Formats: sequence, structure tokens, C-alpha cells
Amino acid sequence: MTSTAAAGTDARPTQPRSRVVIRFAGDSGDGMQLTGDRFTAEAAAFGNDLATLPNFPAEIRAPHGTLAGVSSFQLHFADHDILTPGDRPDVLVAMNPAALKANVGELPAGGVLIVDTDEFTRRNLAKVGYAADPLEDGSLAPYAVHRVAMTSLTTAALAELGVGKKDAERAKNMFALGLLSWMYSRPTGGTEAWLRAKFARRPEIAEANVVAFRTGHAYGETTEAFAVPYEVAPAVLPDGTYRQVTGNLALAYGLVAAGVRSGLPVFLGSYPITPASDILHELSRLKRFGVTTFQAEDEIAAVGAALGAAYGGALGVTSTSGPGVALKSEAVGLAVMTELPLVVVDVQRGGPSTGLPTKTEQADLLQVLFGRNGESPVPVVAPRSPADAFDAALEAARIALAYRTPVFLLSDGAIANGSEPWRLPEVEELPALAVEFATEPNGPDGEFLPYLRDPETLTRPWAVPGTPGLTHRIGGLEKADRTGDISYDPANHELMVRVRQAKVDGIAVPDLEVEDPTGDADVLVLGWGSTWGPIGAAVRRLRTAGHRVARAHLRHLNPLPADTGAVLRSYRRVVVPEMNLGQLALLLQGRFTVPVESVTKVAGLPFGAAELAERLTPYVEEKEQVTA
Amino acid sequence: MSTDLGMPAVGGLDLVPAADAPQKAKDYTSDQEVRWCPGCGDYAVLAAVRSFLPALSIRRENAVFISGIGCSSRFPYYLDTYGMHSIHGRAPAIATGLATSRPDLSVFVVTGDGDALSIGGNHLVHALRRNVNITILLFDNRIYGLTKGQYSPTSEVGKVTKSTPEGSVDAPFNPLALALGADATFVARVMDSDRKGLTEVLEAAARHRGASLVQIYQDCPIFNDGSFDVLRRPDDAESRVIAVRHGEPITFGTDGRWAVVRRGFGLAVAPAAEVAPEDVVVHDATDPGLAHALARLSDQDLEHVVLGVLRQVSRPTYDDLARAQVAAAVDAGGADLRALVHGGDTWTVRDGAVTTAAQP
Ligand code: SF4
Repeated sequence: MTSTAAAGTDARPTQPRSRVVIRFAGDSGDGMQLTGDRFTAEAAAFGNDLATLPNFPAEIRAPHGTLAGVSSFQLHFADHDILTPGDRPDVLVAMNPAALKANVGELPAGGVLIVDTDEFTRRNLAKVGYAADPLEDGSLAPYAVHRVAMTSLTTAALAELGVGKKDAERAKNMFALGLLSWMYSRPTGGTEAWLRAKFARRPEIAEANVVAFRTGHAYGETTEAFAVPYEVAPAVLPDGTYRQVTGNLALAYGLVAAGVRSGLPVFLGSYPITPASDILHELSRLKRFGVTTFQAEDEIAAVGAALGAAYGGALGVTSTSGPGVALKSEAVGLAVMTELPLVVVDVQRGGPSTGLPTKTEQADLLQVLFGRNGESPVPVVAPRSPADAFDAALEAARIALAYRTPVFLLSDGAIANGSEPWRLPEVEELPALAVEFATEPNGPDGEFLPYLRDPETLTRPWAVPGTPGLTHRIGGLEKADRTGDISYDPANHELMVRVRQAKVDGIAVPDLEVEDPTGDADVLVLGWGSTWGPIGAAVRRLRTAGHRVARAHLRHLNPLPADTGAVLRSYRRVVVPEMNLGQLALLLQGRFTVPVESVTKVAGLPFGAAELAERLTPYVEEKEQVTA
Repeated sequence: MSTDLGMPAVGGLDLVPAADAPQKAKDYTSDQEVRWCPGCGDYAVLAAVRSFLPALSIRRENAVFISGIGCSSRFPYYLDTYGMHSIHGRAPAIATGLATSRPDLSVFVVTGDGDALSIGGNHLVHALRRNVNITILLFDNRIYGLTKGQYSPTSEVGKVTKSTPEGSVDAPFNPLALALGADATFVARVMDSDRKGLTEVLEAAARHRGASLVQIYQDCPIFNDGSFDVLRRPDDAESRVIAVRHGEPITFGTDGRWAVVRRGFGLAVAPAAEVAPEDVVVHDATDPGLAHALARLSDQDLEHVVLGVLRQVSRPTYDDLARAQVAAAVDAGGADLRALVHGGDTWTVRDGAVTTAAQP
């Protein structure tokens, strides 16, 4: 089971692997996210398919060496298409006792464990409650343990460079990266170039990191302990040009693309909030596309300013997470009433209240659908993966602009910070989002009727201030049909509530795509948002095990695809996995009065593929009575 | 007739297109029936606004009135301009987005003491701090009118209202001191009944480049009747109303009977006859200390009430600076969507073979 050497000067053969899950774990200050990101970039550049799961504490610098301060980054890369960041790691890199303690439980027996022995001091062990040194007491016997004095090897290698002790120690993450790069036969040139570019202003630090990286690589090469390097061949992905992308970056680019394709300036009003802030950061660097970013005094001002800009003819966007949505609700209602386009990005995190800021959840679905006063219909679009956030952002903007309505773009923490290869679109393939402002009076007597609707789409004209002859007033009070004057007339309110609902119900969205390879499945697994990857991986396992199972995934949560009810009714059982307590399931049962079974998880982490497959198994086993 | 402070001629309306022809108050009057209570001070302000807008000589469709919630916030419906009657307290935020994205508009915010100082206090101080090019008309009647008579953040301590039957124990804001504390660049106060003062100050506020705050003492005859009567009755007003004008000594009362003088770090009122002419304070709208002291001369008891422009200074506006950054980035070029999307480390797959783009 070996092939010939691939990397470096090492004469040892490499061992092929089809997929590997690596988890880097250390203190928040150890640079684990950076290390993981860089390894991801190496894997991406090598052509592997990949998926990542960063997991870090909400505190910026939790106390050093404690369990609370453990930060980890998991990367799944493979020679075939993969759908999730992997359930349990094959390789765990633990930079200190806390990282070991927090993560070793998920390392399966036989897994590879690499520890920095320098950090296993009595003090650090005591901090996390290890009575005995786990490296000595035999508790790690099930694993292939590699004890590497990473800190001292790094500082020794850097001794001649004359960098400070702190900076030298800090480079140990690059030692770890070098070691792993050797283990998995990664090309090294990219990382060295990246380090030199990253630390261009401090060449001595760049050099220290490059040396640490090379030292780690050489350590793998020369140490007998590591029997053979592994090789994960590039994945066979569809033809195209790819890059690695996180969900927040793809979403920000999607908003820029929406601005370019609509010809409108993008105005982002935002207030910093985890895990959505990177959207603000990215867009603030893209002013050359005519993007204005406004960091507001609070969540309400952020959406207010975005709505004000939309009133003036911009593509108004506000980005936040669940707690921010709660604050923005009234302004979103104003956008519903004034029928102005607005994209509201909700990068969901664990709730309620402040909840789990850095962890993922899908529990804002009912909030964005129903969390406003009155009958307040708002379309909802949810990306299914990091790269898909680009297309989902364009789709949200399309609906907002075409139908003059606020739209929720419902991402989550797993999508936002996770990454995957993105097959890059060509600009001319992107949807054209042409917008027409009203320029002429539309009334029978030459007057302007701001609430005279398009009979097809029920949208009202978008007449921006500065347009002669169309001066008019809008606002949050109920509007009279056609004229938009204030109206308390009962019949008018009845009409307007129903018209606003009908407008949203009538938004054109594609039918559900059902994937059923055998064509005779009688169980449907239906999901939405970031469960796409885990459901796909779990369903693949079920099918491999001989079960017949169909799957479908909702991108549009409001309105639902027109065929949703028919699809649901055509299966004996419908199972909906969600990272909440069954919100989509509740919605579907209410809308279609079909029995829907829920498989739920609210641990702040995505479903694992094996975990979900196991939990779905009872539903697909023929004619067996199970309880949810 | 705005106060000439010798500042760079960068007016609030410089980027707003000029009207093609002279306009009249009637042009600014919408077809909507005005629905305030009879005798409400808002009528006088509406009339003043309709009559001063033509004097700005801007295109009517480039004026936008954004309001919040409250009696005064109905204002936009009564003007034939663009307008939005928004949600409670949020008008400054909405106006900030509009003004930042549309320099060709003259953006007004119409708000009240509850709307601006209670539920919307945060947005007000931040709009002033940022110095967004908007004009804020703060109708201060010291009461919640629309919700039928609860005390407001400017009500006097001890005020008996529906929600304070034993009298309010809530210390009120001094709105002008608050605005000055937020480094507002244009701070003024006027009376609803003073048509001339209103017109003059509102026009100056609209022409000011930056956030202008105009506190308008406005009578609510239904729930707070006569609250400013001491400033209207000539006998009482005599010793209370202090009209200030940049560059002029601050004296008031019949024949300038009273004068404002410095006392310690603050100001005091003294009989003019007992004050040497050189000791009479000359109003300087650029002096922050003086503006603060003038704002503090008037307390909720209305013993001395300064009317006019307390402060007017020039400071870069948020919206101008934000637009300049975007414009500079756009001018520098490179807005290539394909280059953006295809940026970073890419690799290409053809028939299963992977090629990696060269490192940049
Ligand atoms: S309640 Fe008072 S403020 Fe409101 S409209 Fe009537 S008089 Fe005017």
C-alpha cells in the first residue's frame, strides 16, 4: 500500500490516503486559526477538496493555558468531493495540556496525536486539572502519540537569528505547520512566500517563521518516529478555476457583485457583531466598487441608515447576527410597509440572548420569518455552504430589488468561518439585476401614485428623491392603496395586508431539486442552510449501507418553492435535520399539514456525518416504528 | 440671512441643484389635510417652514423631510417634497444613510422631545457628533402629546402628568447643552410663535454644512397648555428672553435694560446700567465655552432663555468625508469584479488535472 516518494529529499515512500481530518488545537494565543488557514490554503492549492471548521472561544484572550482558552481549527481534505469538515480528527495536534484535554475525547482509537511536550509542565497540567501527566500515565495508550518538544526545538533553531524569546516561542505554530506539511507531502513554497508577504514589514519575524516552518518540516523528514509521510491526491472536481473561500468573504463578494450587476451603489450599515463583522471588514476594503460602509452607533441605526440609503436609490444592506436582528425588527417592518429594497444579513449564532457568539446554530429561522409586529412578510434566502453564500447574496439582492422588499439572507457561523473550494463564476454568467426607477407620473390624471402596483408582481414604483414630478411621502402608517396616503380605512387595511402577503408569496423561486438516485425512495431528508454538507455526507453513508433515501435542500425559506407541499406528500416519511429544536419542521407542518419528523442538534457545532447518519438510520429502516 | 462668520463658503446646500424658477410657499404645500389640534404650535412652524423653503432656491424634489413618531412627526405629509414618516426615534439614522448616499439632497429631520431625546437619544447625539449634513428641527413641547399626556425627557421636575400623578421626579435634559456636549456644529433655539426668528434661524440651519440642531419651543395646548407663555407675554418676556446674534453685545429687555456678563466660568444677567459697556458679553458663535454658558443660562424654569444661534462652526462632515474616501477609491480604479472574484490563490481543474496558478 505504498507509492513512491513525493516530497522533498526524503527517500521514504508515501502512503496514499483518500481523506484526512486534521485538528490543530492550542491556546487562543497560539495562532491555531492562522495555522489551520494556512494548511487549508496548501491543501486548496494542491487541488484537494476540503472543508474547514474553526472553533474558538468568544473571549479574545481567555486566560492562558485554560480549557476556556482552547482554540481549534479542523480541516478535512480529500481526493474526492467532501461535504463536511469531518466528524472526528485522524490527527490531533495539541499544543498544550488544555488543548489535549478539550479535544482528545474526539480522537478515535488509533488516531495520531502530536503534542508539544514543552508545554506539559506541572503548572499547566494543574491548570486543567490533570492530577498526573497524561503523557506518562498510560491514558494515551490507544493513540499513536508523537511527543515533540516543539517550543524548545523552535527556539533553538531561531537562536542564531537574534529574535526575542517571545517572538521565537510564538513561531512554534509554524513548526507544527511544517511538520504537518511534511506528513501530508504538501508543497512548501507557497507557505514560505506567504510568510514573507505577511510579515513584509518585519523581515526578521518573517525569517523566524520561515525557519520555524522549515525546522518542523525537517524534523518530520529526519525523525524515525514518523514512519512514512502520507499523500492525499488532488480531488477530481468539475472543470473550472477554484479558490478557497470562507462564507463571510463569499457573501461580501456576492453583495459587491449585486452592486455591479444592478448598477447601484452598495450601502452597508452595520454594527460590529460576531460572527458577522468580517462582512463589514471586507466591504470596507472594497470602496473602489462604489461601496459605502457605515459603522453605526447601534444595530438600529445600522438598518435605519441602510433603509435611508435604499430610499435614496442605493442597494441598502445591513449585516448582523441574531441579537442584532432582534433590535432591527421594527426597522425591517418599516421596510415592509414602505416597500423599499433592503438586504438584511443574519449570520446566525447560538442563542438565545448573547448565547454562543462564536458557535453556530440555525435557530433564527422563525425570528426572521415571524419576529415582527403585525403581518409582516419578508422573503428569506439561506446559503448552504461557504461558497454558496456568493450566489445566495446575489439572489437576496435580486428579490429585494425586483420586488421592493426587505430580504433576510440567513447564513450561520459554520458557513461564515468555514471554507471550501469555490468554483469561480464568470461575471457575465451572473444574473443581471436591472433596476428601473420611476421617472414619470403613473396616475390617470398625470399624478404620481406611489402605491399603484405592477399587476404581475404587485411591486410598487421606486421613485427616489430628486425625481421631478414624483414628490410623495411614505412611512410606517398604513398606506392607502394607490395613493400611499395615510389610511385607517378597514377595507383598505384588509386589502393592503393581503396584497403585501400576496406580493411575497408570488415571488418566483425555483422548484425543489430532489436527489433520489434509485428513484424509489420513500423517505425524504429535507434540510436548509448549512446542514447541506452534513446531510449530503450522511445520506451518502446511508445509501452505501443499502438504504434508499431521497434528499432535498431549501434555499428559499420564504416563499417556499411552489412544489414543496407536493414533494412532501409524495414521501412516506419526511425527516428534517436542523440545528435548532425543529423550526423548519414546525413551519412545514403548519403550512402543509403533513407529518414531518425532526432530527435536531443545538450543541453550537454542526452535525457530524457519521453522527447524522446514525440518527437518520431508524427513519430509513423499512417499516420499522421509531420515535424521534 | 445667515450669520457671516467668515468661514469657508461651503454651505449645506452647495451640492443641491438650484430651482429653475422662483417658488412660493404654496408650491411646498401638499394636498393633505393638516391634523394637529386647534391652537397647536406646530401650525406656526409649518407655516414658517413652507414660507422659508422657497428662499433656499433649491429644487423642491431635492428637499427631503424625515420624521420619527409623535405629533410633530406628521410634518412631512404636509409638505410637497419627498418625505418619510419613519419609526420612533430613528429619523436621524435614516437621514444619515440618505444624506451620505445622496449629496444632492437637502435632508431635514423633524422630531420631538420624546422622539429625539428619549427613544432616539442615541441616534441624535451620534448624528451631531458625526456632523452629518442634515437639519434637525426638534419640536420641544415638554410632553408626550400623541400618547395623550405623559411627561417627557424635557418636562420639569415636579410636573404632574398622567404618568406622574405625584409629580415627576425625573431630571430633564437641557437639549442644547446635550447637543453642545456632542460637539454639534450648529445649535439654535427659537419660539414657535416667532415667525421672523424661526425663518431666519431655520434658513441659516439649512444653509449650514453639517448637522444643525434647532430646538423649537412649541406649545401643546391640549396636554401642556401655556408652558412657554412666560416667554410670550411682553411683561414676563422682558426679563427672560435673550436674543443673541453673532458679533453683537448680549443685551435684552426694553432699551437693552439687561446685559449678560461673565461671572466666574459662567455667565450672569445684570442691569445694563450697572455694567461697563466693555463688560457686556459680545456673542461669538464660534466660542464653545460661551455657547455652553448660554445654554446653561436657561433652566427648565425659563428664567433666562437664550434664543437664536448659540453656536455655529465649521467642521468636516461625516458624509463628505465618507464620500471622498469612496470617490478616491473609485478614481484609483481597479474595480474589476472578475479580478476580485478570481483573486487570491487559485487553481484550475481540466479533465481531472490540477494546475496551480503561480504565487503572486
Ligand atoms: S396633542 Fe399637543 S402637540 Fe399634539 S397635535 Fe395636539 S396640541 Fe399639538
